[in-house]
Amino acid sequence: MKVLRKLNLAGIVLPLIGVGLFLLAWQGVAGRAVTTRVQDDFGDTITKTVRSGISPDLPAPAEAWKASKPYVAQPFAKRGELDQGILAFTLLSLGLVTQGYFIALLLGTPLGFCLGLSKTFTKAVDPIIQVLRPVSPLAWFPLGLVLFSSVKLVDGSGRTAFGASDAAALFTIAICAMWPTVMNTAVGVRAIPQDYMNVARVLKLSRTKTLFKVLIPSTLPYMFTGFRLSLGIAWLVNLAVEMLTGRPGVGGFLWQEYNAGSYSRIILCILTIGLVGLVLDRAMSAIEGRFKTA
Amino acid sequence: MHLEIERASKGFGPAWDRTEVLTDVNLEVERGEFVAIVGFSGAGKTTLISLLSGLLAPDTGAVRFDGQPITGPGPERGVVFQNYSLLPWLTVEENVALAVDQVFPQWTAGRRRQQVEKYVAMVNLTPARTKLPRELSGGMRQRVSVARALAMEPQVLLLDEPLSALDALTRANLQDEIARIRTEQDTTIVLITNDPDEAILLADRVIPLTAGPGATLGHSVPITIPAPRDRRTIAAHPDFKRLRLELVEYLLRSAHRRKATLDRKLVLPDIEPEDLSVPRPFLPWLGRRGPIRRSEIQQSTVEVES
Repeated sequence: MKVLRKLNLAGIVLPLIGVGLFLLAWQGVAGRAVTTRVQDDFGDTITKTVRSGISPDLPAPAEAWKASKPYVAQPFAKRGELDQGILAFTLLSLGLVTQGYFIALLLGTPLGFCLGLSKTFTKAVDPIIQVLRPVSPLAWFPLGLVLFSSVKLVDGSGRTAFGASDAAALFTIAICAMWPTVMNTAVGVRAIPQDYMNVARVLKLSRTKTLFKVLIPSTLPYMFTGFRLSLGIAWLVNLAVEMLTGRPGVGGFLWQEYNAGSYSRIILCILTIGLVGLVLDRAMSAIEGRFKTA
Repeated sequence: MHLEIERASKGFGPAWDRTEVLTDVNLEVERGEFVAIVGFSGAGKTTLISLLSGLLAPDTGAVRFDGQPITGPGPERGVVFQNYSLLPWLTVEENVALAVDQVFPQWTAGRRRQQVEKYVAMVNLTPARTKLPRELSGGMRQRVSVARALAMEPQVLLLDEPLSALDALTRANLQDEIARIRTEQDTTIVLITNDPDEAILLADRVIPLTAGPGATLGHSVPITIPAPRDRRTIAAHPDFKRLRLELVEYLLRSAHRRKATLDRKLVLPDIEPEDLSVPRPFLPWLGRRGPIRRSEIQQSTVEVES
């Protein structure tokens, strides 16, 4: 321990030890394949692979890496819609989540402001919000398909560029991700010190000026907390939605690989999902730092 | 410019639990006066300033500015709040500019900038003009607040305990600043404070506010010490001790009178004798009924001889 502290390597060595232990546990739980070659009565060689272990279908770390390598080594390759490099899939997923996330912010922030500013509005709308908030994306998606069943934008070559399932996907991401923004913005507006409002009143600021010069800068820290939480949820829901629609993206790839029986790539997908989520959160944190106010 | 309150009273809370903060308040402020109101903490001083500025409306009575009843706050009655109320994301300049841009939209940008610079310089904060409020000391923040209020060129300046949150030395500094601004600008000022010495040092006349609840303004005490007053020599002036004693005695007597009553709450238990042989009329298998109690809350206010 003292050696570690002296060399200031604790920050690197300890996580490595943790990861190593995790890999050992994984190896222990994973199944081992035993391949036997048998000559049957017709003279044909039959190769039989039997997997055994605590979780026989789970591939071991080395196996998983070997199967995932083509997807990582050529991250932007495109061999088919659902057979692209891992970074290509990531970009597709990010595209969808960005759209859904911004819709969530556009809907959520004004709603949050209305809730924070008006007690009557809160009393009227809050019960609805509290009932809608815990609903899972898996429940919203079919409703979205029904709501947007008539949406159909056709591109030049006659293919549907934006159909019911795309609209439902955006709807699901938006409606699941917007609640943290709504609640945090409302709390932020309610937390504005009465002094600032008194200043605005003495200066006789118009309502728009009060909104932009006093309310918004004062609520910004709370809004950013909401934005960060919303981004986390949007990313989670994005994966669920991709799996439900089967559209190209990390989630779609994951579900397809499960159906194809190639379980190693599921693990690759999970890793990618986690890493991208982490990067998004850090990016949001950096943006928040730039806007430090109040 | 004539600011007056006529028989105003203000209370808070629902009808069954009302706190009367101010009752029957009368005040008249003429142009060019410096009026100080001295009172205990919690007596209703901020409520009084809110009534004067128009942030609150009185329950009864009227508050008039130039003969017209006040409908709301406005830049002609500039307010300096006890908690400075600077917007923390704006620099010193921007805080003052917010007021100037709002009150003088018809001016050119150059003229407005000059106005901001003039008032920032007046409170001696030009070297700190690009700083944010969190980078300033309490005294500096209060000076920005005063600069912002003055930059609106109000007809009357309302100061709500502006120096209460500061240490004694900074207080002395800012008291001198206020006195200097008063002589330079000849503004009408209403100062609310909890320090009788500060009131006597700065004001033309001092009015005590009796202790709450239901506070009211006492009689006005004109300060006969000639201006300019120097805190080092004022104590030697013959009238100083008399004025101070008058004020402090009035305030303490009003507080004393307040504390002469004692509220006693009595809860009388009233247990009705019960016939244990009578079973419950419904659900008889649950057993006998427990004792029936009827409680009565009595409240009495008792005068205590002091």
